Amino acid sequence: MYIEINNLSKSFVQKEGDFKALQNISLHINQGEFISLLGPSGCGKSTLLNIVAGFEKADSGSVSIDGIEVTAPSSKYVTIFQNYGLLPWRNVIKNVELGLETIIKSKLERNKIAKKYVELVGLEEFEKRHPHELSGGMQQRVSIARALAVNPDIIYMDEPFGALDNMTRYKMQNDIYRIAKSQQKTVIFVTHDIEEAVYLSDRIVIMSSNPGEIKKIIKVELPSDRDRTSEEFVDIRGKVFEAFNMKIDKNVEYMI
Amino acid sequence: MVKNIKKVKHVIVSFIVLIAIWQLVFITGEYNEALFPSSISVGKAFIEMFTQNYVILDIWSSLYRFLIGYLSAVISAILLGLFLGWFPKVFAYVNPIFQLIRPISPMAWLPFIVLWFGIGDMPAIVIIFIAAFFPVLLTTISAVGNVDKTYLKVAKNFGIKRLSVIFKIVFPAAFPQIATSLHLALGSAWVFLVAGEMSGAQSGLGYLIIDARNSLRTDLLMGTILLIGIIGFTLDSIIKFIELLILKNWGVKPGDRR
Repeated sequence: MYIEINNLSKSFVQKEGDFKALQNISLHINQGEFISLLGPSGCGKSTLLNIVAGFEKADSGSVSIDGIEVTAPSSKYVTIFQNYGLLPWRNVIKNVELGLETIIKSKLERNKIAKKYVELVGLEEFEKRHPHELSGGMQQRVSIARALAVNPDIIYMDEPFGALDNMTRYKMQNDIYRIAKSQQKTVIFVTHDIEEAVYLSDRIVIMSSNPGEIKKIIKVELPSDRDRTSEEFVDIRGKVFEAFNMKIDKNVEYMI
Repeated sequence: MVKNIKKVKHVIVSFIVLIAIWQLVFITGEYNEALFPSSISVGKAFIEMFTQNYVILDIWSSLYRFLIGYLSAVISAILLGLFLGWFPKVFAYVNPIFQLIRPISPMAWLPFIVLWFGIGDMPAIVIIFIAAFFPVLLTTISAVGNVDKTYLKVAKNFGIKRLSVIFKIVFPAAFPQIATSLHLALGSAWVFLVAGEMSGAQSGLGYLIIDARNSLRTDLLMGTILLIGIIGFTLDSIIKFIELLILKNWGVKPGDRR
């Protein structure tokens, strides 16, 4: 197994007692797989991602990647955030160069690589612009380019399209799907959007909240040219809905 | 462009009205010219100040003291602020001392400053330093604490070293807030320059005030006061302009703040 998550637990101390964000999470992920963590807010999916990425420590359990235990973040595994995390004082190309600055000494080389990835996300015309001059979708493209530039093995995405409007979202989903497959990246993608999870994933990990547990794992066996309106797509979407409706009745937001 | 023309119009109209009221009060009040100079005699004094050249030297020595005091305060306050902002536990111990010193007027230190640093340029420089230091320091510390945590996560993710994080990420991210304090500190430092020069200095704008008083020249006195205002206003405009120019790159629009 490539990413091994074993018996992970984490609680937060709150006024009303301990909040069990994660309880006994075990998950194995193959190289090149696209995994979605799907669940309502507060189900611990972001906490799980943060632990796997090395930003937070678990109370118990372990995460290892390629046999090595994760204890700190590394540029081999890059996280993309919902609010982009672009540096507002740097233009597009300089933002993409950020991660390269610790790896590559030569300025020229850095610029060349950054240019390549800015092109990959289709922003070559905007490379001298600053983040505030770009739309939300474009900003997220920049952060995707910045992540890809350091050539990571794994990309973690924490509700990356959560702040975008629907049409932009669809477009970004198409692009990230294409990029992840063509660059052969392993992706863990946190979302609360069912359709997004079905469209992108090889497997959908459905989580429930308090305690945050894995409720069900759904395999998405769809061809690589996915069609959101096809019967098979709707079918799998139905399965996900079912998984949510079965037990949890407090999450009204996911019922039809 | 239209906005600028309007601004110039506001400035010109407000000054004309001020001078008109001044002159009106002078004419109707029948005050003694030696106690309350007319705008015309102050205008003449202004010409005298500049034609006899000495005022230029005084402006220079004031600006020299101001720049040394202000820049050294700003640089040391920012560096110390970055450090203390980065280590909040250390700051928690130092903060009570700052809170004790901060409300003390820089002028209260003057006797000690003269004892320790002597007379000449130093008293004014030290007083400007004290005046500019605390606002910049305290703003920098709080700005470092307010830096978006996502930036720090990104830096960590890319394995950027600690010292580089401070200068590459934390300082620029905190800069818009720091810039506001630089602006405010400039204003208060300029106020204290004159006060500092009024005691012991042998040149400078503050000295001119004392000199005019001693020679009972209220016209020169008022002229110097106006000159202090004009230079302060100019310095403020310059730093405002620089601030806008830099912040444009940060995507901070002037209306977003304050």
